[in-house]
Amino acid sequence: MAKTLTIAIMDPPYETANTTTALRIVNAALTQGNNVTVFAYEGAVNLTMKGQQPHANPVKGTSVEQEQHPTTKDWIASLFELARKNSVKLEWINCGLCVDERGAGDWIEGPRRGSPKDFYEAAQKSDGILVIPAK
Amino acid sequence: MKILSIVETAYRATLEEQDDTILWLNHSLKNNGADVSLLLRGNAVNYAVRGQNAGGLAFGDRKLAHAPEPDRDLQKLMEAKVPVYIIEEDLRERGLAQAGLIGGMEKVSRKAVPALLERFDQVWHW
Repeated sequence: MAKTLTIAIMDPPYETANTTTALRIVNAALTQGNNVTVFAYEGAVNLTMKGQQPHANPVKGTSVEQEQHPTTKDWIASLFELARKNSVKLEWINCGLCVDERGAGDWIEGPRRGSPKDFYEAAQKSDGILVIPAK
Repeated sequence: MKILSIVETAYRATLEEQDDTILWLNHSLKNNGADVSLLLRGNAVNYAVRGQNAGGLAFGDRKLAHAPEPDRDLQKLMEAKVPVYIIEEDLRERGLAQAGLIGGMEKVSRKAVPALLERFDQVWHW
């Protein structure tokens, strides 16, 4: 039977290893047929920004095409697709106040705006909670 | 102006970036004419371990194209004439033996760091 995991994250993209770790856990949970709720707090609301663009790497001398630089919004879009394929639910809640103070409201399809109350309610309903704070 | 970049925080978003942002920044500065040297300390000494393989990351169907290779990036920095120093006690505390490390770096003891710093106009601690 599917279980539900709630994860709170707060690191912005391209700053720490925490985001990759969190997304790996989300990937594993979805792959194994579980539902996941992510509460993106503070800088983590930037993970799903639609305007992210891959870039070339002038130090390595690679073009945009050769570099295939990843973007967190593409990784997360892929996780939404994985959830759809596995008939499980990925709920991604971006903290609305954090979004407003950053002007970070233009997201890919999938996330929704929420508040700490949503995190609290998700935590109450979940089988497991994982908090990955910024340091 | 002689600059010493001290790299201490390691593996900071290296998978998202496909490289270490501070090694990258220093290489970019060198390419733009900076006289920069590197000192690896703390967990960043692990960047000198040969043959690191962080490949295989995937989220759903999306696979990471180029896994970070900090050991190779250090070698490329040295090929670009960036001197690389490394704290020998930090290697020893982590059980990192000479045989497993890339060549070309200069080991320095913690006691020797103040004298090393005196050789530079600016010291940047990352």
